Amino acid sequence: MPAARIIPCLDVADGKVVKGVQFRDHRVIGDIVEHAARYRDEGADELVFYDITASADGRSLDTDWIHRVAEVIDIPFSVAGGIDSVARAEACLAAGADKVSVNSPALADPDLIGHLADAFGRQCVVLGIDSFEDEDGTWRVKQFTGRPEATRDSGRAMLDWAKEGSARGAGEIVLNCMNRDGVRRGYDLAQLGALTACVEVPVIASGGAGTPDHFREAFEAGCSGALAASVFHDRRIAIGDLKAHLAASGLEVRT
Amino acid sequence: MSALAILDLGYGNVESVRLGFVRLGAEPVLVRDRRAVENAERLVVPGVGHAGYAMERLEAHGLVDALKARVRPTLGICVGMQLLFEASDECERPLLGLLPGRVAALSSSPTTPVPHMGWTRVKDVAAGVGLEQDEQLYFAHSFAAPESPYSVASMLYAGRHAAAVRKDNLWGAQFHPERSSAPGARYLEAFLAS
Repeated sequence: MPAARIIPCLDVADGKVVKGVQFRDHRVIGDIVEHAARYRDEGADELVFYDITASADGRSLDTDWIHRVAEVIDIPFSVAGGIDSVARAEACLAAGADKVSVNSPALADPDLIGHLADAFGRQCVVLGIDSFEDEDGTWRVKQFTGRPEATRDSGRAMLDWAKEGSARGAGEIVLNCMNRDGVRRGYDLAQLGALTACVEVPVIASGGAGTPDHFREAFEAGCSGALAASVFHDRRIAIGDLKAHLAASGLEVRT
Repeated sequence: MSALAILDLGYGNVESVRLGFVRLGAEPVLVRDRRAVENAERLVVPGVGHAGYAMERLEAHGLVDALKARVRPTLGICVGMQLLFEASDECERPLLGLLPGRVAALSSSPTTPVPHMGWTRVKDVAAGVGLEQDEQLYFAHSFAAPESPYSVASMLYAGRHAAAVRKDNLWGAQFHPERSSAPGARYLEAFLAS
């Protein structure tokens, strides 16, 4: 079995690591290479960089910081935010990224997923899904979640979109459960379990991590990786301690 | 003549691989012409997404015979390693055929999603390639090469597969040494020292 992957996610604006997902309110918290190196040294298995400016402004992704990260770290990393074409994805990969993650642009143009898989191989293509549980309990896919005032329902059901996305060539799915985002009460195991049962590709849990047990639960629900931001940034959970906890629970981790 | 050349066919993780060697103090150059492939002291063939597409690019650049004729150290990474075999489930086109066997699609199961993405332990590790038994390396692939007398490390994921191969100066890594932390760096160093 591959090791259960622990994946810190960093928000990036103008080449700096920022905090606060509201793109107007973000605060610079540091240099991107220093943060990447810190997480690598702490034992992160993979990193995700989400360029919040690119997706919010419709600007092209600045690839200079991608290259600076690629120079320094020796673990895989993916880039998300604002990737809406094969050309932009190619720019990210040419700068040294290992994977690109697409979300709203794939909802707008589902063919994009297949174009990316054809060009780079499906192992380079991650589909990010922002799912919101409605009052009636259905899991709806939301679009343009980077800006609260722009967020809208995509008209798609989460499981249907995940199945379509993987059939179109996504090699991995990051499921971000919006109801859990930022509340640190645990990942949405019902959604994650339902998703891992119906797609063949690896699933990465996102949204809700607050304790080491939350990570264990996500892996036991069938997830291949678990993504988190605030618990790592705020140093509430040290990656080394987390891996020791998972190993003690019988999970394979990278040491 | 370049000491270390990386074949750049356009797409793929060429820059990631290049930086992996740069971190070791090497000075790789990117090449795509036949003479460079013939003359490089050491040549790296990185992965491009799809085996059929990679072969098509090699043929379009007239590089197939030059690759087959190489006797100096040559390293294929990921799809670059798969190209060394005879054929693949991924394409109709024959591959380079420098190693025996057919690359097969990984079969998914609830415990083995496909693509195989992540850090997996290697088994039956041979000496001389910089790796140790049970080390965890980073994989990202949907197709895998069979074990053979030329396997120098194996990997269990929906069956047993070659994680690394070596036949004289011909090296192959299914994993991504440039993204496999310290063990990956040791593997690249072993190739540079070969």
